[in-house]
Amino acid sequence: MSSIIKIRKPWLGKLQLFTLDCYHNFKHLIFVMIFGLLSMQVHAAADLDVNTPAVAAVKASMQNRHQLLSPHYLSGAVGLTADGFVAVKDAGLVPLSQRSALTALVKDENADRAKLYQGIAAANGHPEWEGEIQRTFAQRWIDRAQAGWMVQRDGQWARK
Amino acid sequence: MKLAFAKPYRHWVNGCLLAVAACGLTACVTINIYFPAAAAEKAADKVIDEIWQTPAGQAPSHNPDKAPNPTPKESNVPAATPAVTLSVNQESAP
Repeated sequence: MSSIIKIRKPWLGKLQLFTLDCYHNFKHLIFVMIFGLLSMQVHAAADLDVNTPAVAAVKASMQNRHQLLSPHYLSGAVGLTADGFVAVKDAGLVPLSQRSALTALVKDENADRAKLYQGIAAANGHPEWEGEIQRTFAQRWIDRAQAGWMVQRDGQWARK
Repeated sequence: MKLAFAKPYRHWVNGCLLAVAACGLTACVTINIYFPAAAAEKAADKVIDEIWQTPAGQAPSHNPDKAPNPTPKESNVPAATPAVTLSVNQESAP
């Protein structure tokens, strides 16, 4: 009976065998492709995550502090450093009674900024990226600073 | 009944597959090592916007602290338009 079928449609059996053979040969390739697609999806979501609770808390704290720091940026008492932090540029612009408060403000801001860079790196599973993230931020803080703010460029302070 | 040509090529095919798999894996590892500079810049801009409360798409030179600033500006714009049309009407009337 089977021999009759073979004679009638010999190509069908061959096709089945060929398909099977192809599957055996290419199943590794299929697995690799599936794995590749999955990993591509992971990489496609290459946006850095900045919404972990730790980062959000630091952002909120910095947002509140910005209202206090903003007049000092404008007056030039505080400037943006080249390494992504803030520094007291000209303490003489602030009344003596407020100088210790200003120092504390700058110190807290820098602590938060360090936490922010570290937090973003950790949130994305690459704590070693902290330095790169800090460099990126340093550039963007200065680029986005308002006109009149003091910014540090090539080691020199300049009014933007 | 197995295809005669499939067998001898199997080693060659498997070798190729191994090479492809190796390439795929190295590509994945390589991508992981590099720092995503563009994504970092985008993330930095987003965070800076939130902290400085700069409205998205606003020029960085604009002062974002003075919240009442945009409101008078917005109210000025509609007020300015009728004023212009009014003056045009007054000029055209006589």
